[in-house]
Amino acid sequence: MKFERYGIGIAKGLSVTIRHLLRRPVTTQYPERRLVTSRRIRGNELVWSREKCTGCGSCAKACHIGAIEITTSINPVANKYEVETYQVDTGYCIQCGLCVEVCPFEALYMGYAYERAQYRRNDLVQNKETMMETPDREVSGYFYPERAAKLSRQTLLLDRDKVKK
Amino acid sequence: MATLVLPPDWPGGFWAHWGVFVVIIFVFLMAMVVGFIWFERRAMAIMQARLGPNRTGPFGLLQPVADALKVLLKEDIIPAKGDKLVHWLAPVVAFIPLLMLFAVVPFQGGAILADLNIGILYIVAVSSVTTVGIFMAGWASNNKYSLLGAMRQVASVVSYEIPVVLSIIGVVLLTGSLSMQQIVMAQDIPFILLQPLGFLLFFIGALAEINRAPFDLMEADSEIVAGFHTEYSGMKFALFYLVEYGEALAISAIVTTLFLSGWRGPVLPPWLWFLVKVVIVFFVIVWVRTTVPRVRIDQLMALAWKFLFPLALLNLLITAVEILVWPTVSLWLLVLVNIAIMVILVLLWSRLFKLGWGRVEV
Repeated sequence: MKFERYGIGIAKGLSVTIRHLLRRPVTTQYPERRLVTSRRIRGNELVWSREKCTGCGSCAKACHIGAIEITTSINPVANKYEVETYQVDTGYCIQCGLCVEVCPFEALYMGYAYERAQYRRNDLVQNKETMMETPDREVSGYFYPERAAKLSRQTLLLDRDKVKK
Repeated sequence: MATLVLPPDWPGGFWAHWGVFVVIIFVFLMAMVVGFIWFERRAMAIMQARLGPNRTGPFGLLQPVADALKVLLKEDIIPAKGDKLVHWLAPVVAFIPLLMLFAVVPFQGGAILADLNIGILYIVAVSSVTTVGIFMAGWASNNKYSLLGAMRQVASVVSYEIPVVLSIIGVVLLTGSLSMQQIVMAQDIPFILLQPLGFLLFFIGALAEINRAPFDLMEADSEIVAGFHTEYSGMKFALFYLVEYGEALAISAIVTTLFLSGWRGPVLPPWLWFLVKVVIVFFVIVWVRTTVPRVRIDQLMALAWKFLFPLALLNLLITAVEILVWPTVSLWLLVLVNIAIMVILVLLWSRLFKLGWGRVEV
């Protein structure tokens, strides 16, 4: 005998919905309240290290969008390449991460920030100065697990309400 | 028997009474509709683990005001091949009967625009006129979805009017009067206890008549865009929106009056009791909306004619017999008997209930 046909199904449903009145909503009200993102987020900017970069240009070759532009000059005194210009048009970047993976000297990282919307396309172009690692421009743990270990853990919706913020 | 708090011509004189209550009814309707829109969106959101509107004003209280402003500023479009006059008249024809309904709703003892001795009959008669407005809207829009929605609305109102009226007759039999005020004053025990089956039938039927979920298939947005008001915009759409929530308010007020002993209750002032009960009934309507998915048109018809209609007839017969033969012992015993009868009949009819071609399952 199936009791679902005698109105029990509806009563069950009603009890489920009324219990949700006491449940916390899952909505996070974004600008006021932010969740900590994944430690391996690819962000939407690149972070570059002037010291480690040798100007080999692997990143520019790996970028199939062609968003990375690098020009170098020879410095005969120090017997090395100098990086003249290094700029990335993040408007073209698809966050594939190939440039970071291909870099043999660990000089390029994905950024941790994701709020880099701009009013003009030109503002999306990063050059040497706006690619350095600063407290504002953190490095994501993408492809570098040892960097990821230093970042704070991602807040899951399950334990979101235990985090004080 | 409860006594009337206010004299019948409060605050003195026919025209003063008339004027004051027209203003009260209009303000009550507008304020409650605005409040209900906010209440429904918030309550539904919380039950669905969302937040609901909370940006405009404290707790999002001004959201309906913002919506109204937006709708008022919209362009008023009439379809090129539509019937312009009927298209223009339809929202008015739908709205006026709704406003007229509240003439016989007692807000507290004596606080009523017109204590008609045929109050509930008047409500049944006037509330059906709204359907004409909706059918006019569907016809004048020259749009297949509008017409489909309007046809479904007419079909459901024609079917559901019967069980609704039959379950009202049970209440009228117990009271011995059609006056809304007399009905409230006869409820020393709320009629929801004396007429549990009647309440169930009335509530289901009323939900279907005012297009609330799960019977909202005349404006089912996943099938026929928006039903009868697909081609409406601007102020005329706002009127239809007002009618939709105003009908929910009217049904809440009627259920309160017929089954929940209207304004009567201990401690609190009577008008507050009335408001509290109206809000509770509306909450149940919202609760059902969040829970039950929409029915199909054949399920709608089968429920009306094969479930509600025979049960309403049986309910009427049982009530009549009880009134004739019930000995002069406590009515609370009758409450128990009636609840038992309801459970047995609902179980029995669920067992017998079949859709078209004798199908049991959907």
